[in-house]
Amino acid sequence: MNGYLHLPWLELSIACPIIAAIVCWRVKNESLARNIALIACLLTFLLTFGEWFDFMTLETFSAQDSNSVVFFLFGTEYFVIDELTAPLLFRVALLFGLTIAATMRSKASRFSVVRTLLAEAIILAVLSCSSTMLLCLLLAFSTILPWYEMRLRGHDTSVFSLCMSLHLGLMFVGITLLWLGHGQPLPTNLGAGLLVLSAMLRAGIFPGHFWIVDLFEKCTFGTAILFVAPMTGAYFVMRLVLPVVPIWALHWIAVLSLSTALYAAAMALVQSEARRFFAYLFISQSSLVLAGLELANPIGMTGALCIWLEIGLSLGGLALTLRAVESRIGRISLEQYHGLFDQMPHLGSLFLFTGLASIGFPGGLAFVGMELLVEGTVEVYPLVGTIIVLATAINGVALLRAYFRIFTGTRHVATVSIAARPAERLVTITLSLLILAIGIWPGSAIHSRYHAAESLLKIRQESGIDRGSESSEPVSHPPSDESKNSANH
Amino acid sequence: MLMAICALLVVAPPAALALNMGLSLLLGYRPSERRLALSTQATVVLSSVAAATLLINMLLTDQVQYTLDIGRWVDLPVEHFHFTVKFLFDRLSIPFVILSLLLCGVISAFANRYLHRDEGYTRFFLFFVIFLLGIVVTSVAGTIETMFLGWELVGLSSALLVAFFHNRVNPVANGLRVWTIYRFADGAFLFAALVLHHLTGGGDLNLMMGSKPWPESACVLDSSHALIVGLLLLVAAAGKSALVPFSGWLPRAMEGPTPSSAIFYGALSVHLGAYLLLRVGPMLEQSPTLQWIIIALGAITAVYAGLVGRVQTDVKSALAFASLLQVSIIVVEIGFGLRYLALIHIIGHASMRSLQLLRAPSLLRDHRRLEDNIGYLERTKETSRPDSALTPLRIWRYRFAMERGYLDTILDDWIATPFLRLFRWFDELERRVVTFLSIGGGRAVAKKPSESDEMEAS
Repeated sequence: MNGYLHLPWLELSIACPIIAAIVCWRVKNESLARNIALIACLLTFLLTFGEWFDFMTLETFSAQDSNSVVFFLFGTEYFVIDELTAPLLFRVALLFGLTIAATMRSKASRFSVVRTLLAEAIILAVLSCSSTMLLCLLLAFSTILPWYEMRLRGHDTSVFSLCMSLHLGLMFVGITLLWLGHGQPLPTNLGAGLLVLSAMLRAGIFPGHFWIVDLFEKCTFGTAILFVAPMTGAYFVMRLVLPVVPIWALHWIAVLSLSTALYAAAMALVQSEARRFFAYLFISQSSLVLAGLELANPIGMTGALCIWLEIGLSLGGLALTLRAVESRIGRISLEQYHGLFDQMPHLGSLFLFTGLASIGFPGGLAFVGMELLVEGTVEVYPLVGTIIVLATAINGVALLRAYFRIFTGTRHVATVSIAARPAERLVTITLSLLILAIGIWPGSAIHSRYHAAESLLKIRQESGIDRGSESSEPVSHPPSDESKNSANH
Repeated sequence: MLMAICALLVVAPPAALALNMGLSLLLGYRPSERRLALSTQATVVLSSVAAATLLINMLLTDQVQYTLDIGRWVDLPVEHFHFTVKFLFDRLSIPFVILSLLLCGVISAFANRYLHRDEGYTRFFLFFVIFLLGIVVTSVAGTIETMFLGWELVGLSSALLVAFFHNRVNPVANGLRVWTIYRFADGAFLFAALVLHHLTGGGDLNLMMGSKPWPESACVLDSSHALIVGLLLLVAAAGKSALVPFSGWLPRAMEGPTPSSAIFYGALSVHLGAYLLLRVGPMLEQSPTLQWIIIALGAITAVYAGLVGRVQTDVKSALAFASLLQVSIIVVEIGFGLRYLALIHIIGHASMRSLQLLRAPSLLRDHRRLEDNIGYLERTKETSRPDSALTPLRIWRYRFAMERGYLDTILDDWIATPFLRLFRWFDELERRVVTFLSIGGGRAVAKKPSESDEMEAS
């Protein structure tokens, strides 16, 4: 049976940024709006922490709000927390809060706190949504904000619009076919196939990765980070693709994801701009996560979920560092040395630390996560595991190259201090301590991820999808609204 | 109980110091030079005394092996996945860890004076402490995962110390080259660890080497498996110990400050590859093919280092190749199964080479003092050979040595450049696709950022 949280944490955590966004929209003073947004983010963070803590005390796979307003209004519960999403919600709230905190006051006019708060509410709603159709609508809605920002900045949105329209179109058609198919082989398999294509586009699997690089080039860095870092594409795979696609197809997508990881790592190595470097590094790491999820074995999925958790923090930290540097010296070219370390040692150290943590260096959760992932991959394809090792090695080289280009090689002369501000220091310290704490004591995080992986695989087993594929019978189980609740312990 | 405390005290102080130093710097607290030097030396002394006590205790109780099992860091029993943190103290690890601690102590004392009031003093000691932790963990690791953890820390600190003088381009470029070689070597190590996991059901070195203590241990892997794992570990060792074809990074690594050159490339880091091969020595003996490959690699590297070392014109590079020559001889010894000889060779060579490298900055002064003490040394009159002695072979050999065996050129021209060229082409292609897909302003936004873009962003 489903557990009940002691308070309506989920709804409160989604409502808090929405209310703050409305207030900020009405407030004309940018500084005041920023402070309100910061308070709202802190409150949301505390609420997500509270819901995670409350959820852990229940010891169930999933739980929903008690005294839910949504249930009162619609007669059904749309928001559920489970073992997969509990730490992700907390991490998303943290990342949004830190991004707003690290935004310089001089950039307040370019980085809209209203849109950021709305985006936070949408992402939190996506991650806790139990209804398939609502999830699809929220995913669609989440794409509007970065698109709108690009339009507002006068940039061309064609690539983003094309990729996202295709993604949303495929998603809605796929879901519709699965619903209307009623177990008929053609529409059901076609629907599953379309969902796979849609997920690949959203997750940035080659050749659907163009929009991520484009987004980083055209949006503000903050918006781009907050749109991609929660990895809604991977979440889409977990919720909508995993229950309906046969294992052999998943394994093929895993190979494609691994190839993307290797390709993006090599592309990160040759980039001449820091934003593009980050975009490819992100694609490479998120493709590894996706590959692990698609292996559909507990060990590979556990590794992927660990890396997912870790890279949200570490790549988020890396991006915030780059953003802080960029806000001081403009777009960062990697074709020349900038020698900024002496001016901003804090940011230099954080760049290196978060970057290394994201590629699986000792000190981060991804260190063990990467081993689990390789182990899981080797179980399925013994030789393909080398791709992960190779991609990680290349990412490491690309990372140190970027570090050397930005922070060393010459002595940067500045007439005013460009060192990290107290707020940025606070952000760097918070992130580093969190990464270090999880990395040094990874046991509980890994067990929680393992349990989540097992539960998700159980849902998959219960749907009978693999039995269907083994006996060449049609797949007859579209992603159900209740799939999140079906693995109650 | 005493053994457990001693074993823990070997590893815990460097770990605590690294964590403490990292967190202090992160929180904005910059310790004074005196405090840094004192804490580093106290850590080294504490760990050294603990290691020595452990050794004496083992000698007195006639115990040849002691394992400190910290527990399972990660344990997924259903999946048979364990990440065990275990430290193994035996006839191989104890001498090596004592050597490492002693040399680290000497070099930290030297660096304290050598880098006094240098702006990178704190940075040096941070990397040095990370290295200390890495080398201690690698030396006494009882599982292959624990060893990999230490191995990675050693690699990172090495690369960052090569780039220590980070306001110049050359040290930074050389640091990146060292890091690149290390990353690929580390990749081979990681893969070897995973293959081992699959074959033995865990990464425990005892599982792999049987129950007997080193060096009598017998490998449980069969010949073909030993060959696969051994080859992967050989790549890892070759990267770390600069064996052919990875030798090019060794002289470049001398860009770092003298204390780091001494500790890394004269004493400890360069021997880590050989140490790894010694640790898995019983496995190497399972496969004669593997043994011959190791001997051949060692011999080729020895010839290479001997040839190239003769034409070096600066003292640190000459010492680097002299170091490499000895390391390759050690590798040959390991290939022949002469484990004790190799261990003694490592200890002797590391100590002597550290001394030479630490004295390198005052070489001329030493030379003059020597001359003063023993009187004027008459130079030989013949300073060059007659033209007839310059045979084509001799000229080729000279060029080969001057170009350091063309190893860097081969790696650059055959691997790095085509790889980078291919992906730069892909990058260009992607930009064109984005331009093609973009409407109107597409051409403007897909190009590399112009100065005006940068101004706008700033």
